[in-house]
Amino acid sequence: MNVGIIILVVLAFAAAGYIAGKRQALSLSAQSGIKLHSLSGYYGQTVALFAAVPALLLLIVWLLVQPIVVESRVSGMIPDSAIAQGSARSLVMSDVRRIAGGLDAVLARGGLGEDELNTISANTQTVRARLAEVGVALAGEVQPVVFEAARAYRQTTKSGALAMTIAVLGVSLALAFLAYRRIEPQMRARNISEGFVKSLLIASSLIAILTTIGIVFSLVFETITFFKIYPASQFFFSTVWNPQFRGGSELGILPLLWGTMYVSFIALLVAVPIGLMIAIYLSEYAGRSMRSFAKPAIEMLAGIPTIVYGLFALVTIGPFLRDYFAQPLGLGSSSSSVLTAGLVMGVMIIPFVSSLSDDIINAVPQALRDGSYGLGATRSETIKKVVMPAALPGIVGAVLLAASRAIGETMIVVLGAGASAKLSLNPFEAMTTVTVKIVSQLTGDSEFSSPETLVAFALGLTLFTFTLALNVLALYIVRKYREQYE
Amino acid sequence: MTDLTVTGASALAPRGKSLLELDERTRRRNAAETRFRMMGLVAVLVGVFVLVFLLGSILSNGLSSFRQTYISLDIFLDPAKLDKGGKRDPAEIAKVTTFGYAPLIEKAMADAMAAKGVTGDGVSAKAAGELISKEAAADLRRYVLAHPQAIGTTVNFDLLASGRIDGYYKGRVTMESAKLDRNISPAQLQLADKLKSAGILVTHFNWGFFTAPDASDTRPEAAGLGVAILGSVYMMVIVLVLSLPLGVAASIYLEEFAPQNRFTDLIEVNIANLAAVPSVVFGILGLAAFINFAGLPQSAPVVGGLVLTLMTLPTIIIATRAALKSVPPSIRDAALGVGASKMQAIFHHVLPLAMPGILTGTIIGLARALGETAPLLLIGMVAFVRDYPAGPPEGFFDPASALPVQVYNWTQRGDPAFIERASGAIIVLLVFLILMNLSAIILRRRYERRW
Repeated sequence: MNVGIIILVVLAFAAAGYIAGKRQALSLSAQSGIKLHSLSGYYGQTVALFAAVPALLLLIVWLLVQPIVVESRVSGMIPDSAIAQGSARSLVMSDVRRIAGGLDAVLARGGLGEDELNTISANTQTVRARLAEVGVALAGEVQPVVFEAARAYRQTTKSGALAMTIAVLGVSLALAFLAYRRIEPQMRARNISEGFVKSLLIASSLIAILTTIGIVFSLVFETITFFKIYPASQFFFSTVWNPQFRGGSELGILPLLWGTMYVSFIALLVAVPIGLMIAIYLSEYAGRSMRSFAKPAIEMLAGIPTIVYGLFALVTIGPFLRDYFAQPLGLGSSSSSVLTAGLVMGVMIIPFVSSLSDDIINAVPQALRDGSYGLGATRSETIKKVVMPAALPGIVGAVLLAASRAIGETMIVVLGAGASAKLSLNPFEAMTTVTVKIVSQLTGDSEFSSPETLVAFALGLTLFTFTLALNVLALYIVRKYREQYE
Repeated sequence: MTDLTVTGASALAPRGKSLLELDERTRRRNAAETRFRMMGLVAVLVGVFVLVFLLGSILSNGLSSFRQTYISLDIFLDPAKLDKGGKRDPAEIAKVTTFGYAPLIEKAMADAMAAKGVTGDGVSAKAAGELISKEAAADLRRYVLAHPQAIGTTVNFDLLASGRIDGYYKGRVTMESAKLDRNISPAQLQLADKLKSAGILVTHFNWGFFTAPDASDTRPEAAGLGVAILGSVYMMVIVLVLSLPLGVAASIYLEEFAPQNRFTDLIEVNIANLAAVPSVVFGILGLAAFINFAGLPQSAPVVGGLVLTLMTLPTIIIATRAALKSVPPSIRDAALGVGASKMQAIFHHVLPLAMPGILTGTIIGLARALGETAPLLLIGMVAFVRDYPAGPPEGFFDPASALPVQVYNWTQRGDPAFIERASGAIIVLLVFLILMNLSAIILRRRYERRW
């Protein structure tokens, strides 16, 4: 039975349980003359919750665990001798999965009976032809072991699915029945069902923690594997980034960090002055109509997806800088450059700086300004000498948040900054960043267990640590140095 | 005292000078004031100008992709070539490959030119056939397979013109560039001009851009967004279905029930941090947890949907908590006062009142998820996908693309025609985003209550 239908059946059980539970409570109360403790619906709700929630949780866990179990069992069937030179167990296993899928498709078409399948062997012409018909072309000889494994794979998956159906529906029915049997007029049904709902609420708020744990684990484990096959000192201190397909790569993070810092620095150089002046102008000078027009317009910049900025850098800004600045000045001929990515990224983070600073400037009490005006200061003097110092911690926090955003930004640098890892000061040269290399190492064709792929996890961990540190620092500064007004 | 001030003032300011006449220092200070103010105004104008310039450049690059050059031909579907058996048996007809259809198109082209009196002038029949996209034969074959009864009749088709011809009418290809181009010659362009004046070559709205799947590197004219739009829709469905209930449940707990303790603090810090984690790190999580560990298929909408759900959750939680917080405590107190339980007060009274705010936050979160690219690259959605995913729920596990990833994909291709397509795809993406944000604004204006 497929998963969608199982879910529907469980939900149907829950609905039936609700109606039955409600009726049972009402009829019991009528029979015995005892008033119900809760509204009748709560009795039904209790039954429905017990019918649906544990069963659906079991379903999710089963779906996650079953492929792993099947995989390990079938993988054990293939002897080392069956793995060809230059191949790997994972490749053979993907063949197994492919053939198993093909057999399923053949069966679904009715080209082959279930009994027939168990008697035929791998290389008969009919099987080949049938598999080819459903789009599974077999390359060369299929070893009997592999075919055997594919058959076993199908079999275990199928029996697993059957067991899952029985288990899930069984759990659903059994718990619904138990809950139904426990119904009596004095039962505190509302408390039970509310307790159940509350535990569901708590469980969903735990997802945030689970996500963080998932991120940390997935990064840390693969990074440890990476450092087992590649020395950590080289990774952190080598100035050369030169991945090779055939091994012998040099994977030093320094050029990538340099590129990241350089691009982010240029971005902040653009975004901080402009963003800050926008915030000051909009909160101190602008009239109502100006504010109601300019503020959403600036905030629209934050809502534009980064891929749009990336394309803008690639198509418009990059060629423009190359043709009018880099080439006339003799500084390079590449349209993707640190400056391209930095400028465009600066535009992207303007709204972060401006809207955060805007809030902070608005939070400075009017009394401070009035006091300054009273002493005869002009508006700009008040802003520079009174408002800014009062808002400074918040603004520093905003800038740090913007910096962490810039460091973690991916699409703009992928499309705008180029891919060559260099340590250079020339802003018209193409350089690369940590995020670009994460993308290129993980979307390439190299094998997953090779250092060239695993390095992406070490880069990811570095990036994660950096942005986390910046965020924590920003929060700390804001909390520690915030002026407290009444 | 009065005497003192008078003498003091007279000592500072020379007598006989009006207050209205500005002295040097005041003038300097006022000038500084004006300068500062101008700087602010300039900053705002720069911000607005950049926005306009950005959108303008995307529009000017991409709008042309909504129109496409076609060559309108009457094609005789020759039974002798397409169905030798004459039985109209679909299996038989399917055996004729696209190579069997190309001659029909070439002949129709020659006939049309002869009928309209257009002469090749040194362009061979084969070269004239090259004005038509290589995808056209495949399109024709698909039509015949779908309508076997049409064999033997003459049908009018709008066949895609080749990418270079299309580019010629969009200003991308010129006579000069054609001289250096292996794929097109100036003579062919001249022929195209003649065909245009003869009415064979036409330009009209490009529906295929919205429905067709991606096409290979050499056929930019046939590339469309069909699979990408479908993939994005699938992912948004998953994100909505998962993140709205989870986010609302988590916020209700944190805002209404959670006691003030270490554990709650931990959750709050986690949510705040997750909102600031770079999106590419979520991609790594998706790759490691959903694909390598849980064994879900690569480039499937389900994995993308799960990753985007985790990314969207903090946004939704923050918005929902703000919405819950804005419901005044008197509502809760009144409900509790007439005997409702806490759970009843929240689910029956607070939540409905907070719903507009929650939905607004959700739509904005979804809009952000729709434009997210980097994590999807890592879970393999960059793959070249030509087949439409099946209907849900099986289709959630089929390979698909997504709108922003399709844009990235096209920027990595060699032919400049793909840049036009990428910009066009971005316009489509932006239209979706604008619609979503507009609905959020309308929702807020219409239903949000101020207390």
